[in-house]
Amino acid sequence: MKPFDYERAVSSNAAARAALASGAHFIAGGTNLLDLMKLEVLRPDKLIDISRLPLRQVERTGDGGLRIGAMVTNSDLAADPRVRRHYPVLSRALLAGASGQLRNKATTAGNLLQRTRCPYFQDTAMPCNKREPGSGCHALDGFNRNHAILGTSESCIATHPSDMAVAMMALDASVEIQSAAGKTRTVALDEFYALPGDTPHVETTLDSGDLVTAVLLPPPLAARQVYRKVRDRASYAFALVSVAAVISMNEGVLDHVAVSFGGLAPKPWRDRKVEALLSGKPPSGALFQEAADRLLAEARGYGGNDFKIALAHRTLRAVLRQATGLTQ
Amino acid sequence: MNKHLKMDERQSDVLADMAQGTVGRELARSEGPLKVSGRAVYAAESGDGTEAVGVLVRATIANGRVASIDAGDALALEGVLRVITDSRMVRRPAQGTANGAPAQDTSQVDHFGQPVALVVADTFEQARHAAHLLDIRYGVETADIDPETAREVETPEGKRLEQGAFDTAMDDAAASIDAIYTTPSQSAAPMEPHAALARWDGDRLTLHGAYQMLKYNRNELADALGIHPDNVRIVSRYVGGGFGSKLGIGPEAVAAAIAARAIGRPVRVVMSRAQVFEMTSRRSETWQRVRLAADRDGRLTAIGHDARVSNLPGEAFSEPVQIATHFLYGGASRHYETRIARLNRTCAGSMRAPGEAVGMLALENAMDELAHHLGLDPVELRLRNIPERHPENGKPFSSRGLADCLTTGADLFGWNRRNTRPGAKREGEWLVGLGMASAARSNILSEAQARVRLNTDGTATVETDMTDIGTGTYSILGQVAGEMLGLAPEDVTVELGDTAFPPGSGSGGSWGAGSVGSAVFLACQDLRAALAARLGCDPGEMTLKDGVATVSNRQTRLSDLVDEAMEATGHIEPGDTKQEMQQAAFGAHFAEVAVNSVTGETRVRRMLGVFAAGRILNLKTARSQCFGGMIFGIGAALTENLVHDPRDGHVVNRDLAEYHIPVNLDVPRLDVAFLEERDPWANPIQTKGIGELGISGAGAAVTNAIFNATGIRVRDYPVTLDKLLPGLPG
Repeated sequence: MKPFDYERAVSSNAAARAALASGAHFIAGGTNLLDLMKLEVLRPDKLIDISRLPLRQVERTGDGGLRIGAMVTNSDLAADPRVRRHYPVLSRALLAGASGQLRNKATTAGNLLQRTRCPYFQDTAMPCNKREPGSGCHALDGFNRNHAILGTSESCIATHPSDMAVAMMALDASVEIQSAAGKTRTVALDEFYALPGDTPHVETTLDSGDLVTAVLLPPPLAARQVYRKVRDRASYAFALVSVAAVISMNEGVLDHVAVSFGGLAPKPWRDRKVEALLSGKPPSGALFQEAADRLLAEARGYGGNDFKIALAHRTLRAVLRQATGLTQ
Repeated sequence: MNKHLKMDERQSDVLADMAQGTVGRELARSEGPLKVSGRAVYAAESGDGTEAVGVLVRATIANGRVASIDAGDALALEGVLRVITDSRMVRRPAQGTANGAPAQDTSQVDHFGQPVALVVADTFEQARHAAHLLDIRYGVETADIDPETAREVETPEGKRLEQGAFDTAMDDAAASIDAIYTTPSQSAAPMEPHAALARWDGDRLTLHGAYQMLKYNRNELADALGIHPDNVRIVSRYVGGGFGSKLGIGPEAVAAAIAARAIGRPVRVVMSRAQVFEMTSRRSETWQRVRLAADRDGRLTAIGHDARVSNLPGEAFSEPVQIATHFLYGGASRHYETRIARLNRTCAGSMRAPGEAVGMLALENAMDELAHHLGLDPVELRLRNIPERHPENGKPFSSRGLADCLTTGADLFGWNRRNTRPGAKREGEWLVGLGMASAARSNILSEAQARVRLNTDGTATVETDMTDIGTGTYSILGQVAGEMLGLAPEDVTVELGDTAFPPGSGSGGSWGAGSVGSAVFLACQDLRAALAARLGCDPGEMTLKDGVATVSNRQTRLSDLVDEAMEATGHIEPGDTKQEMQQAAFGAHFAEVAVNSVTGETRVRRMLGVFAAGRILNLKTARSQCFGGMIFGIGAALTENLVHDPRDGHVVNRDLAEYHIPVNLDVPRLDVAFLEERDPWANPIQTKGIGELGISGAGAAVTNAIFNATGIRVRDYPVTLDKLLPGLPG
């Protein structure tokens, strides 16, 4: 771990301004950042501790939605009665991730911004375009069982590891951001993340000095919510494929349809074309087959992760059956 | 006083005549409260705060030489004391019982991740950061990474055996199986990372380390350093799991000792979790071909078990996959061959149940395949093939409860409810099946000594350099002494893990309890004789219980009888019974699994192991050993896979988030039952090794259950969901 300066932020404004300095990095729960610093994957010059900022509230918004403070821990959010009642997909996704100890420390904003588990990213002896732009991608021809099949580029095939963000994506969440200039803006979660292209080190649309202050959820819908995570062991494993679905039915047809995916792409994945295809139609095996085909039409395996195409296809169909009550 | 026994003949069951009733009881580990409250001091914690800290630096090539190391940037950092490269450092751990560790020039690199230097600093953080700043240049040579394409593959002397007319038996068989199974590299991944703290006092070295076999480790460390073993003391009072990876002295110990000498200050070296995966030892990946031939009734006429395993160039160890195949089942014709591929991968060594852990996966899968092929119940197939005597050398078995384990287990588990047709039982999305496998693990007695002192207050103290690696050694040695001397568990103090004590057997090969337990037993026999002499009677006329000696109707407190501390050393050695009798512990595993028909995820629902392992010294610690083995089996079957990068062989999944050992949620209710058994040929306390028995066959029971659940036979371990998906219903 490279020696670094440490500053405890006294306000969101001060934190955002301090982050303008080159080599500055926010620290909240530290569950991801400290590991990466020990590995020297990240070598910040300065840490700005935002963990004590007053961003720990989960509040009802004026429109009946929920404002989740950036520093709300994963444990607290999963246990929040309003989340459990109105956004159960989020609670389930949170509890499907990490371990109890990690969830007690990990924060909402930190979870959104956690880095990939790609082993070549995590090992400084390996080339990695995300860690060292231009050095190459060792995962393309390496061990890529856990890697992405959608949204990849020749520069990077790493996945985003979050469960929470997958559920938030299906809930049409947006991210509240405060800039160093003190301005607050809101960005849809889908727009928050960037695909790798030839700049895999750029993972979000955040600017220098931007501070995530909250995640906003729209008012709850009367919809069936499902989170299904497929993994190599029963707990404490990252998703091979996960699916979050928020689906309502109206007079026998699918009405509101929001489906998002983890483990498949460099960001929590959502495909509006798939949702449009499903909406307004009665549930059927053939429809779900078509939806899964559509989702994976552009999917590409890299050898070790080829199986994810079939796995995602099967898992999506099972989740749609579950959410719509279709029996096989 | 000294009592020595060479196991040349069967022994009577002396323990059965004792009165205390301590042996066999279900006692919690005596040191448990210290461990769960953080008061048990492990190697890395044994310093006094004055020590410097060393961090090992890894090679980042697979094969070649270190051409140069520029340590300028590292040495310029505050607190950095020294960057050590020394020809005495070792680049691989010693193999179990090696008893020597010739210097291995660390400038020669033969696998990615091996240590090439040690950075020493005032603090751990300084040393770890400085380690990243070394500029190491290499002369790179071509590496062999893949066993399929290795340039050097050898079949050593003694690794080939043919008996009878094997090919003819295969050709003439009414039913036969010829299948190839593969298992990946695995890591012991003990909870406590490998650690050493070295302190010199003149020419004398004291090393607190995490090791399993101190009497060998002392000689290994002395050999590496080029000093006399009398000048080396190793202390390992508590060891947080070893599973074979701490059998031999490791690079951390040698480097710590060299560094401490060089800077004139104690030095602590603790491996990071990633280093434990790439610098210690691994279980070799295996390729196994199993051939079985049987008559119409399922009686085996031939068994063939060929293997290809791997290790670094120059390593004598090879994973002995056929170890149980030799004696478990009959069949007149037999064929074995092992090839060893020389690879630039982390050193392969003994990991819990070397041989059986992976060999029994293949053998017991093949037996399941044969049973299915014949339409015969898998339990029945095994019962029909238990041989009279060792099928290759004709030795009688010292004791063997295999048939009882199979039939008792089948009853307890409800085996008769198994659907004989695979894929026939469905519960919602889940396909449910049952599977079973035999278990066998050779029993070994290893030379051991222990000293027992009867104190004037009527308590006793046991001393040996034996280690407790989490298995319950502290407890069971106290129980043996307590039984023999008539003392409650709390009146016996057990001191372990210090080469200042008499040399025990070390923990490994499942021989610790039987070997050191026997040494304690012998010492106590000597003390009993001395007590009897004081009472003027034969030892057989004296009853010792609760601190009181009773002879006919006369009672004397031990504290009154012992006016000056009495001491005796017991010494056990293997003898003729080792050559004359085939000794092994046996068992049977039963598993119920559910496989998700959508995703291919497998969940073990329940598991039962029934074991016959001679006398059980402590029901609780023995059961826990079996639980641990069964959990290892679940990991081997479903998740564990130490992945080597295809280009440079480096261990890709170097942490516990990505190297998937089972977590609590992967482990269902486990049941263990022990059959009543004594083995008079094994040792005087009539036990057999149990530490590795639980893993033998356990994974095969799980994968056989997967076949029963789905009709899919995966022969490439671990059985992850991607291998099941293609065969599952759409």
